Amino acid sequence: MTRMFPDQNPARIEGRRPRALVSGVASDSHTWNLVYLQLVCEEEGLDVVNLGPCVPDELLVAECVDQRPDLVVLSTVNGHGYREGLRVVPKLRARPELAGVPIVMGGRLGVTGRREKELADQLEAAGCDRVFDSGGPEDIDEFRTLAAAVTWKADDAAARTPVQSG
Amino acid sequence: MAAGFGGYVTATAAAGELVVQPRMGFGDVAAMRAGLLATKRARAATAGTITVDSYTRVGDLGSAAAALASGAALNGYPLVSHGVVVNRALLHGVRDDGFPVQVRHGSANPVRIFEALLDAGLDATEGGPVSYCLPYSRIPLSQAVDHWARGCELLVARGQEEGREPHLETFGGCVLGQLCPPGQLVALSVLEGLFFQAHGLRDISLSYAQQTSPEQDVEAVLALRALAEEFLSGVRWHVVVYAYMGVYPETPRGAAALLTSAAELAVRTGAERLIVKTEAESQRIPTIEENVAALELAGRAARAARPAAPPPPSTDSQVYAEARRLIEATLELHEDVGRALLRAFKLGYLDIPYCLHPDNRGAARSRIDADGRLLWADVGALPLDDLAERHRLRPVGSAELLHALHYVQRKFDGLA
Repeated sequence: MTRMFPDQNPARIEGRRPRALVSGVASDSHTWNLVYLQLVCEEEGLDVVNLGPCVPDELLVAECVDQRPDLVVLSTVNGHGYREGLRVVPKLRARPELAGVPIVMGGRLGVTGRREKELADQLEAAGCDRVFDSGGPEDIDEFRTLAAAVTWKADDAAARTPVQSG
Repeated sequence: MAAGFGGYVTATAAAGELVVQPRMGFGDVAAMRAGLLATKRARAATAGTITVDSYTRVGDLGSAAAALASGAALNGYPLVSHGVVVNRALLHGVRDDGFPVQVRHGSANPVRIFEALLDAGLDATEGGPVSYCLPYSRIPLSQAVDHWARGCELLVARGQEEGREPHLETFGGCVLGQLCPPGQLVALSVLEGLFFQAHGLRDISLSYAQQTSPEQDVEAVLALRALAEEFLSGVRWHVVVYAYMGVYPETPRGAAALLTSAAELAVRTGAERLIVKTEAESQRIPTIEENVAALELAGRAARAARPAAPPPPSTDSQVYAEARRLIEATLELHEDVGRALLRAFKLGYLDIPYCLHPDNRGAARSRIDADGRLLWADVGALPLDDLAERHRLRPVGSAELLHALHYVQRKFDGLA
């Protein structure tokens, strides 16, 4: 199953692709999850700003404010994810510019390798719209559906920094 | 009596044993001590490991201390936050001449960690200015080079002052864990070794992480040995093989077969030490028991692979030719190895496929061929024009990337 890059969403006009900001969290050095999610987002018709691994909270907030993404994708697999999400998501939500942007987080979020429902619920209560922590392929299917449905927010266009290539 | 970490490994190898070592770190002192003791008692020639947690790695000592205070689980041992008294107590009666302990950390700015390990009476650690910056950190490569220069000098000055021979291992042979062609892994390992030597280290190990093809991996380790002979005169060195660091098999049998093949690779190539992985690796942070089982399995596999006369260094391979070209092209850029590395990355003479760091050019891409060999799909600006095909394939999609990332997992789980 090789997917190419056509725009899946007919409402998306050339040059007005919605923007996803993909990022790791401060303590997580893993990269492959972020490379993969970038490709998935691109295949679902999104432009991607990929901040890479080990992103300090302040940088993540600043980049989100500058870039005005239509979707924030946090991915982490080092076991500190619930803790870090509970710390950084409220910082994102505290910025009025980011009050309405969908934020999703997924990966291997705890050290046990199992979903920890109580922590996932706390993360959602803290402002994360969706926590993908089942560890199964259904997470990616659901994420694709979610990404494909993201729409461009025209009113933020003026505030955006252009996507850098490479 | 063998002196220090390098001396222990060299003496153990001379006695015909492969040193096997876990990557183990627990936030809790009692658990960490239990893990070290279990490693020491395992039925294999072992060295101990303290892996620091990832808050400490990135220098976020506040979060490490907060996690300790609240009793939250950490993914490693917070060496700096526990402090010297706790660290010395941790090691008392554990570390000795027959059981050296290495600190593993992943930090682009290792100075605080080096101070803490020296305070604890330790003198062996690992990493490198490139391998712990580009894949794992956000700081500019130029800063990491400066931090690592300072770190090396600190390790040398304080270690040698106390009459010891500090040991530093390159992580360059493992960058990004998977999908970096072996020629560049070998080149990075040697270049980081040269950087350590330039900053005073006299006892070094050179890493290489098992990749996708057993034959190509043998070529790579033999090339690494040959190039170490040529370029690293005047230091004591050994080679450390890492069991596969990419997406790991999920079945116990697949995981065991992969670890066994890593031990065989080490023995066939005369490597002196092996970093193991456990069956749990694909799921979560492994337990002490799982680590011990992996150490003992690797030790048995290494013994079963003997006697194997150490093969001569081999210079007749694609991996050797690529690695030598990359090393020479880099060293020609500046007489100072650190500056040469910076220029090489700026020019794209070194370029790690898929690495997202702004100081990595990101033009090079890799692929796995039908025989399982890890090759260049696009050499970008790497000076390999007459050595590697440089054809650009169409952009790699998510499904294709996932397929390559899971190649080894599929192959070994398929054995079950």
